[in-house]
Amino acid sequence: MGLAARIAASTLLLVPAAAAQAQGAPARYNLQTPVTGLAEQIHDMHTLMLVICLVIFVGVFGVMFWAVIHHRRSRGAVAANFHENTTVEIAWTVIPVLILLGMAWPATKTVIAMKDTSEADLTIKATGYQWKWGYDYLQGEGEGIRLLSSLSTPREQIEGGAAKGENYLLEVDNPVVVPVGKKVRMLLTANDVIHSWWVPAFGVKQDAIPGFIRDGWFRADKEGVYRGNCAELCGRDHAFMPIEVHVVSAEKYAAWVAEHREKAAGAAADEAREWSMAELMTRGEQVFGTICAACHQANGKGLPPTFPPLDGSQVVLGDKAGQIDIVLHGRPNTAMAPFGGALSDADVAAVITYTRNSWGNHTGEAVQPAEVKAGRNKS
Amino acid sequence: MAAVIPDPLDHHHHHAPSGLMRWLTTTNHKDIGTMYLIFSFVMFLSGGVMALTIRAELFQPGLQVVQPEFFNQLTTMHGLVMVFGAIMPAFVGFANWQIPLMIGASDMAFARMNNWSFWLLPPAAILLLGSFFVPGGATAAGWTLYAPLSVQMGMGMDFAIFAIHIMGLSSIMGAINIVVTILNMRAPGMAMMKMPLFCWTWLITAYLLIAVMPVLAGAVTMILTDRHFGTSFFNAAGGGDPVMYQHIFWFFGHPEVYIMILPAFGIVSQIIPAFARKPLFGYASMVYATASIAILSFVVWAHHMFATGMPAVGQLYFMYATMLIAVPTGVKVFNWVATMWRGSLSFEPPMLWATGFIFVFTIGGFTGLICAIAPIDIQIHDTYYVVAHFHYVLVAGSLFALFAGAYYWLPKWTGHMPSDRLGKLHFWCSLVFFNVTFFPMHFLGLAGMPRRIPDYALQFTDFNALATIGAFGFGLSQLIFLAVVVKCARGGKPAAAKPWDGAEGLEWTVPSPAPYHTFEEAPLVK
Ligand SMILES: [Cu+2]
Ligand SMILES: [Cu+2]
Repeated sequence: MGLAARIAASTLLLVPAAAAQAQGAPARYNLQTPVTGLAEQIHDMHTLMLVICLVIFVGVFGVMFWAVIHHRRSRGAVAANFHENTTVEIAWTVIPVLILLGMAWPATKTVIAMKDTSEADLTIKATGYQWKWGYDYLQGEGEGIRLLSSLSTPREQIEGGAAKGENYLLEVDNPVVVPVGKKVRMLLTANDVIHSWWVPAFGVKQDAIPGFIRDGWFRADKEGVYRGNCAELCGRDHAFMPIEVHVVSAEKYAAWVAEHREKAAGAAADEAREWSMAELMTRGEQVFGTICAACHQANGKGLPPTFPPLDGSQVVLGDKAGQIDIVLHGRPNTAMAPFGGALSDADVAAVITYTRNSWGNHTGEAVQPAEVKAGRNKS
Repeated sequence: MAAVIPDPLDHHHHHAPSGLMRWLTTTNHKDIGTMYLIFSFVMFLSGGVMALTIRAELFQPGLQVVQPEFFNQLTTMHGLVMVFGAIMPAFVGFANWQIPLMIGASDMAFARMNNWSFWLLPPAAILLLGSFFVPGGATAAGWTLYAPLSVQMGMGMDFAIFAIHIMGLSSIMGAINIVVTILNMRAPGMAMMKMPLFCWTWLITAYLLIAVMPVLAGAVTMILTDRHFGTSFFNAAGGGDPVMYQHIFWFFGHPEVYIMILPAFGIVSQIIPAFARKPLFGYASMVYATASIAILSFVVWAHHMFATGMPAVGQLYFMYATMLIAVPTGVKVFNWVATMWRGSLSFEPPMLWATGFIFVFTIGGFTGLICAIAPIDIQIHDTYYVVAHFHYVLVAGSLFALFAGAYYWLPKWTGHMPSDRLGKLHFWCSLVFFNVTFFPMHFLGLAGMPRRIPDYALQFTDFNALATIGAFGFGLSQLIFLAVVVKCARGGKPAAAKPWDGAEGLEWTVPSPAPYHTFEEAPLVK
């Protein structure tokens, strides 16, 4: 890519728009400032392509506009009568082929590099949900960490009730944290419909396909916070499931892992015990708000026909085991996705208790984490 | 030439039914062409209203005009309406009017099927637009209707599926009619390689339609059975694969983009020589280039799917094959420029539109080449860059060529010259506002704005505001065209049989307006 990079650098002077892009400021005219080798290659390749296309464009339309200006009838131009020339036709077929070969060569190298996900230092699985991302650290330092990452921009900002923050729509509650300079392999899948995990500064965009696992990789060279969006239309809140990655030093990363481990240990101890009704309701309301309310709505009325109401629902008022099964495993061919992977036993128990004792539902029944655990083991 | 014998029924009914019945029962290619053109313009305006609602919501960050569910319905329906309701029927309208006139045939080969092809469209349009009013609203899965999102949709999705079935049927019948007309009904002496280029491009387009419309029908039928009849074509839990939908859809979808652009190439290839007063440069190579584009269009579909995660070999193959399409497309542009070179040019509205087409369409061609490079595509896939790219080829490409053709043949259709002044105003307003709308979208996409979102991060604010202003300007400019057509149909300067001095072809040998029946005696082509 030496040549491409050099041409890219020299055209920054030719394209004032690109030059105007201040270091660190959000991109406005061009691809975002790359922080991985792959993104860098893509950036340079794009600049090279742009230059080649501009040169051809100016050449071809220079000729056309010359004719438009000089070969006008109003200027007394008399039409020539030539209309065939095999040599010319062959030339403008063969020369473009050669130019294309020149373009294909660097692109081929980058495609092969992008596909090489071997020898990763860290493997993270990202799962797309309607409409949030779940992350599992599968291998490497931090193995076993799980987090659920959803939009943290307050609703009032979106609806115009409050001033919009600096990272409007690009901020989440639990960002992904990765160490700088390490090769991170991303495994992508989804729970409901197709999503796409995209961080422009890394040059990674990989669809997350329900029922299949695909992969991609990045090695971030610079510490910082990098933001992206879900790139595949995935339903109502497609615009509201951003990705936020914190690239930190090795020490900070180790500290983050330790802190996370501690919290997880506390949570596990908490799971096993018997919960009071009040505790379940409080926790349940919170889980319902972040996970369920997007579809079933805070008032439990849903958005029929796609998202049925829970208020007065046969399932919610029926047998506990049946409802536990649906929350854990989802309902095939409907929008109801399985949440067994994303939620802990206590979360599931709490949210089910909440739905059975809210709005017009008054079963008075509490569901304990142990019952959820039993429901998991059944299938 | 048995097929040229006029249908005896035609003589009985000659001028008999009037009013609504005339239009319901007509088998006359000119009547049917007119109906296609009016239908497509109505759909163009309704798709345009959807686009303007989308742009109004995107004028500023935050949600102001519509909610996300409805926003997704609008983007989906805008795409479906413009592709299947506006652009495709408009080209069929041109084919109906012009192909018999250009090859010296008395009518289309299957005149009654022609009536049926058209009359299928209004019910399909009612199903499609009516789906906004069913519970859950219209489908919001994007015009590509990707599974499993489309499986999740409400009843509006079923309406869209049936509408697509009906429109597909109409397209296939229209295409068969065009193929048979061109192959069997050419006037004596008109060899294939003497045919006007518009007929050539439509002949090839018709083959594409026959090949891929059934594929689309199959894809949406599989969605229908996944939704209601317990199949799992696209559901991994049942052994299916969501990505298979994309393969099937784009096997239709890529040829579809050529279905919408090849007839445009044909129109432009008629107009450029007429106003350069010089024969088309490289007629034979234009025919071969069109055929190569059509053949290549079947083997490049997965360039829409680089982000799904194909193996490296797959990505490389689809990248190389796609890049290759730039070659025949380039040949066409070079030929048009060579036709203009050392001509005696004048810029009446048809020529203005055709020249504008070459200039702006080529920008879309270049961004297409950039999108073909797999690693770059992975960055810009599903962003506003792609939105900019395909509007450069579909609006500045197909639509501009349709306007060029309309200004070129309106004298023949109405017997009056369209207003030169208004036609030029329409062109310049459209060209400027088109670029104000879509050029900034390249920047938005590069900087990282995904498509199909009702709300966006703050760094995208000013270009979105600019695009919205441009879109409203562009939308309003189209009312000028409406005014031109209405004025021209009502009266105006009478048009000669051949109103453009450099124009060539059989259509200019009949009077203007073209009589109800033409070429009942086949002309002789030397
Ligand atoms: Cu998503
Ligand atoms: Cu394509």
